Amino acid sequence: MQCDDVARALPEIIDGGATADLALRRHVDQCLRCQAELAQYRKILRAMHQLRTEVLEPAPGLLADILAKVEEAGERRAVRSLLTKRRMAYAGAIAATAAAGAAGAVVYGRRRLRTA
Amino acid sequence: MEQAELVAAAAAGDSRAFEELVRQTYTDVYGLAYRLTGNEEDARDVVQEAYLRAYKGLNRFRGDAQFSTWLYRITANCASTALTRGKKHRHEELGEDTPLADARPDYDPEAAGDAELLRTRLNAALEELPPRLRAVVVLRDMYDLPHQAIADELGISEAAAKVRLHRARRRLRERLFPKSDEETAHAV
Repeated sequence: MQCDDVARALPEIIDGGATADLALRRHVDQCLRCQAELAQYRKILRAMHQLRTEVLEPAPGLLADILAKVEEAGERRAVRSLLTKRRMAYAGAIAATAAAGAAGAVVYGRRRLRTA
Repeated sequence: MEQAELVAAAAAGDSRAFEELVRQTYTDVYGLAYRLTGNEEDARDVVQEAYLRAYKGLNRFRGDAQFSTWLYRITANCASTALTRGKKHRHEELGEDTPLADARPDYDPEAAGDAELLRTRLNAALEELPPRLRAVVVLRDMYDLPHQAIADELGISEAAAKVRLHRARRRLRERLFPKSDEETAHAV
């Protein structure tokens, strides 16, 4: 295995994402240049983890903006929910009226038959 | 109230609970959005959109992951959408293979042993990465998201996400630890 082969493989194995094969491990064990390169990747990975803990403060007003947007969405949702309930109530009333009308027609029809 | 309890209350319609969740997490989410977009204006838009989506989709949060991880995924998706929507970014014109010139090629942070300086330079190197590469390396190496989650949120295959990650790591190393002329000659 050559240094170039190892150099190509190192970004895949530094976080254990892929397993280093035996030939690669043997090469790194014996090659100072590749050991240095591996150490550099590990340093960067550690620094990335440390950056994660750094707080990037947003400019003032972001929290208020988020909450306003969410509140607005909440109000829209409440209005939609209310309209849906009303629509369902209207549909229910229409269905009930139609059912009552149909029942009345049936009763009326039977009476007419009996009379005849 | 614990975060899990707040999530449950918010999912049940308690707007105060959701507000508290926003208060607890928005600085962190902004940090991720800023790192993904590379500028404050886009980061603010992304954060607002992310919380809006979280609010609307809270009943779909199953609780099998951390709430923060779920928020990171939404944020990554919003940032990806914002960037592909064509929002102009000062580094977008750089292709993935464009070499990054180091302003201080003779400087060796390893020799200096200065972790603080390395982090400062890493921040700068991350900002110089093309957004497509920056997104995967930030989500994986900084926020520990699984490859599949990253791929899902960025709308790419897992294999493509891995290729971008390895390319990004290589670019960062080249930027932070530039090879000396002698090493370059040896490599050739």
